[in-house]
Amino acid sequence: MEIKVLGSGCTNCQNLEKAAREAVASLGVDATIEHVTDPAEIAAYGVMRTPALVVDDDVVMSGRVPTTQTVRELLVARSS
Amino acid sequence: MSTLLEHLPGTRRGRGLALLAGALLWFGLYQLNEHVWDWLLYGAFGLDADSRVTETVHFFVYDTVKIVLLLTVIIFAVTFLRSYMSVERTRQILGGKREGFGNVIAAGLGVVTPFCSCSAVPAFIGFVAAGVPLGVTFSFLIASPLVNEIAIGMLLTLFGWQVTVVYVGAGLVIAISAGWVIGRLRLERFVEPFVFETTLRGKVVDPSAGLTFDDRVQMSVEEVASILRKIWPYLLVGIGLGAVIHGWVPTEFFTTYAGPGSSFGVLVAVGIGVPLYSNAAGIMPMVQALYEKGLPMGTLLAFMMSVVALSLPELILLRRVLRPPLLVAFVAVVATGIVAVGYLFNALLGT
Repeated sequence: MEIKVLGSGCTNCQNLEKAAREAVASLGVDATIEHVTDPAEIAAYGVMRTPALVVDDDVVMSGRVPTTQTVRELLVARSS
Repeated sequence: MSTLLEHLPGTRRGRGLALLAGALLWFGLYQLNEHVWDWLLYGAFGLDADSRVTETVHFFVYDTVKIVLLLTVIIFAVTFLRSYMSVERTRQILGGKREGFGNVIAAGLGVVTPFCSCSAVPAFIGFVAAGVPLGVTFSFLIASPLVNEIAIGMLLTLFGWQVTVVYVGAGLVIAISAGWVIGRLRLERFVEPFVFETTLRGKVVDPSAGLTFDDRVQMSVEEVASILRKIWPYLLVGIGLGAVIHGWVPTEFFTTYAGPGSSFGVLVAVGIGVPLYSNAAGIMPMVQALYEKGLPMGTLLAFMMSVVALSLPELILLRRVLRPPLLVAFVAVVATGIVAVGYLFNALLGT
């Protein structure tokens, strides 16, 4: 699973990355997590509210910082 | 961080009761605020009610609690309502709009769309790459922080609806006309070229789609916590300055140098306000204290607007997509609009 956190490096984006790492760790899935800060690349995903979460090149959530639990649910929904 | 809703009763009725209990608790705290501090400072600690120090301390603690309570309710309500709107939908509405009418719609949507200036860059690229005209995009970007929910809610509770209507109207006029002017100036060549070359791939996710009532409540609670965490330093500094102005600055000081008769009052206020960066909530106590000292409303509105509409951090972010001449034009056009509004209202409202 390839996970990307899109964001300018603001606090919210770091919180999302943390939540994503925790979710991955607790699920025990094999995943890479990358933090994308390039505005052109962020916009190319069609994202207009950072931070956003991208799983295998699909935007699954944007504009809010979800709890670790919510990220877990998103990842479980993707991997099934 | 666990979700709040996990701790609430599972039934709809139970959750309704929990929300009601929260509302009652809030109302009780709001009513008790002044009495508790009166009792604590004057009664329990036996401080002299007429001393300046005591009065300043009272202003500070009372206003801190009051403003945090107000913010909690305002942010909660606005986030909940705004969860029905999204930047994605706004862009879709603006897609086919021409300049002129488009500027009006963009400014209006800037008020109701959930948006934080930290997303200014991806939103700017998203709008422009989708074919929204530059000037229309600017109307949105100017209106969004200028006429924001916190400013409206705070003005309404502290100054009443007339001042609020004046503020919102003036803010919209500035956003519409500044965006229109920027569009007329044909400054597209000062937008970094990669913006126009960005191709939007993938399907757009509308974050407002498919949210349940519980999701919206949860989001609103998270937003209250996240905004309060972000702005508390500004809030304390603002309330502190407000308390000092309230207790220590003589009324004559301001009426002499920036009173209704002063022709430079608005210019000075905007000159100070533009480089200052704070949140609408952070400067409100200061604005209130300055108003008590006889500063005219037009000057104060101009001060508020220049603090919230133009900020250095946002300009630094925007530099990634805008070249310096366009940034300068943006600041100049918006600042001119704010100065004009300040003088206009000082002339209309008198003192």
